[in-house]
Amino acid sequence: MSSPRSRFADIEYDPPIEVFQLTENYKKDTFDKKVNLGVGAYRDENGKPWVLPVVRKVEAQLATDLTLDHEYLAVAGLEEFCIASTKLALGEDSPALTENRGVGVQCLSGTGSLRLAAEFLRRAGFDTVYVSDPTWGNHLGIFRDAHFPNIRKYAYWDAEKRAIMFDRLISDLKGAPPNSVAILHAAAHNPTGSDPTQEQWAAIADVCEERQIFPLFDSAYQGFSTGDLDLDAWAPRYFVRRGFELFVCQSYAKNFGLYNERIGNLAVVTRDADSNARIRSKMRTIIRQMWSNPPAHGARIVATILNNAALFNEWKEHVRTMASRIRSMRELLYQKLKGLGTPGSWEHIITQTGMFSYTGLNTKQSEFLVRDLHIYIMRDGRINMCGITPSNVDYVAQGIHEAVNKVDSKV
Amino acid sequence: MGPPDAILGVTEAFKKDTNPKKINLGAGAYRDDNGKPYVLKSVLKAEKMIADEKLDKEYAPISGLPEFCKASAELAFGENSAVIKNKLYATAQSISGTGALRVGGAFLKAFHNGPKVVWLPTPSWGNHTPIMKHAGLDVKQYRYFDAKTCGIDFKGAVEDIKKIPQGSVILLHACAHNPTGVDPTPEQWKELSQVIKQQKLLPYFDMAYQGYASGDVTRDAFAVRYFAEQGHQMVLSQSYAKNMGLYGERVGAVTVTCDSAEEVGRVLSQVKILIRPMYSSPPVHGARIAAKLMATPELRKEWLVELKGMADRIITMRKMLRDNLTKEGSKHNWSHITDQIGMFCFTGLKPNQVERITKEFSVYLTKDGRISIAGVSSKNNAYLAHAIHEVTK
Repeated sequence: MSSPRSRFADIEYDPPIEVFQLTENYKKDTFDKKVNLGVGAYRDENGKPWVLPVVRKVEAQLATDLTLDHEYLAVAGLEEFCIASTKLALGEDSPALTENRGVGVQCLSGTGSLRLAAEFLRRAGFDTVYVSDPTWGNHLGIFRDAHFPNIRKYAYWDAEKRAIMFDRLISDLKGAPPNSVAILHAAAHNPTGSDPTQEQWAAIADVCEERQIFPLFDSAYQGFSTGDLDLDAWAPRYFVRRGFELFVCQSYAKNFGLYNERIGNLAVVTRDADSNARIRSKMRTIIRQMWSNPPAHGARIVATILNNAALFNEWKEHVRTMASRIRSMRELLYQKLKGLGTPGSWEHIITQTGMFSYTGLNTKQSEFLVRDLHIYIMRDGRINMCGITPSNVDYVAQGIHEAVNKVDSKV
Repeated sequence: MGPPDAILGVTEAFKKDTNPKKINLGAGAYRDDNGKPYVLKSVLKAEKMIADEKLDKEYAPISGLPEFCKASAELAFGENSAVIKNKLYATAQSISGTGALRVGGAFLKAFHNGPKVVWLPTPSWGNHTPIMKHAGLDVKQYRYFDAKTCGIDFKGAVEDIKKIPQGSVILLHACAHNPTGVDPTPEQWKELSQVIKQQKLLPYFDMAYQGYASGDVTRDAFAVRYFAEQGHQMVLSQSYAKNMGLYGERVGAVTVTCDSAEEVGRVLSQVKILIRPMYSSPPVHGARIAAKLMATPELRKEWLVELKGMADRIITMRKMLRDNLTKEGSKHNWSHITDQIGMFCFTGLKPNQVERITKEFSVYLTKDGRISIAGVSSKNNAYLAHAIHEVTK
């Protein structure tokens, strides 16, 4: 029996997403000194994934808790999770909370929160979104699939100076047309690891006010920049104090190590309580068309921990552990490069924060590292500091040294 | 203000009602004979096993856990089918049934080389239309339910399907049609297969109740398997919300059947591009449980027994309700209560009767007269029959 030709016979292969392909290639590699500095997941000092002990503890409790069922969560998610999460983003004493105009909607991690935000903002009449140059690649896909007709960049990274190109950033945002949204990285900018100072944030707020740009904070690394949850939330809280309506897209993938449970929150801050309720109801309609209601497991874990003082403290300690290990690896790599006399300035490695470092290596140098030395980094020179351990830091430093010296320094 | 979701709004109203005799027959979630949610023992066992394995929390692949996807496709098509033996399924883990439909819809919008229109039976699950529209597809309807007989309008369905523009997408409920509970017979499925082939339509099966309808996973997959055998290329959405009681863990799968393993690769690469900007990768907890249940022989046996237990309880409640209505002295024909299958029953109650039964008897159901039999127990059965009789006599 012959069947007609497939309707999808002409579909082409879409290129795999770089960061995942990198890890796949790494896994297949048999070279014994291989290092994976690609995907943004925390690794301990042995290069292993780290499930936070407090998470294990709570999961074990949940597994034997016979009062729990697997019923549907509400469309907007587990309420005690949403409340605690929004509090974590905005701060307990936030005017948004005391005035009942700051509420959360549980979403599928950071991606889901951003997608819901994009879908809602599009329906609310926004048609332009500004992303930093560079930014997390998926920002573009998210807003494109949410049918934003205009996706623009604001200058951010000065490759030569290895710092934020602040004047251009401001002038780019000053050119924003009406109905613009700007994606701002709350802390530990991905991929550069370079954040604005508090003064610079104030200037960004000024422009947003002037041009009526809607601030959309992407907060995927709260705690990873300084090790302090409140410090890492300074920027969105400042904007709230300035009176902005804004969203904060929170992910618990990294700071709770709950990557695969897809737990996140979209914190909505409005000028008044009534708008807040109306926005949430519109968001529920959108959610119903994408995933109906969010997964329960991750929400229960995070809610349990955030709402219990002892567990919360335990978690904060884990976050400090992760942040300080990253900081010490930054120090170590920097020292090694200085020791080798690698040409160029490498200070950005210790001034940048969070998981990533934009090394400044160009495409050819990055490809050399992967192909010849089995050191897996992104083509744009981004490395995940978490992939560095005391046992591989020498090899990595040597590799960078070689790349800079041997490979064409012009792209 | 967005309108409250019709189905979920019923539960909200139910919660506020203080009448001790209130019954919630709104949302489709299984309840035991005490009206309580039922966590399958096999699920509890699997969960404990998984916790003991101390697995990591690393990102799942964009298309989900491979072992889950494989088991899910096998459950649908049968281990010995050509689709499975030749690995012709492009399966991605999804956010339950909703997510599967949404991703499948988006895939068709981007790549289907026929009219970007999906044809739904009348009526269909209320969320089908919003999901497909959000995915960018146009939505049209074909006749399905016969309000006069509370059965299938097969003649009307075939007539309408014959007129669907060639190459369009037709959505079919694999079993336990929601909201009517009315399924085609195997003979009717065979005829549908022919007509659909003639019109060169692409079947999109929504299978949210495999095992839950008859109690037998093989029987409930008849339509899907028959169509596959007949050479139809298809899209399939599966949900494990009901048949594993994993509602809130959001476990599902979307499958596109292909001509070759090579095409599977290409199709999956495109499906991933659609998933990444929506939620990046799926949650693993529920999928790990589902995979364990399907792939561990003793657990699978236990699961299937529990599944049959749930289906049997529903079938029992249907019979009891029909008997109780006879006892009440109702003159109406209630055979559809036992003819229909699955969680839902389209009672035939008109909107004003629905309003009355809610107001006067605190029986909560959706305006279209749909009741969830899962909410009926041996304890409230007589009261429900009484209430139905009172508003319809």
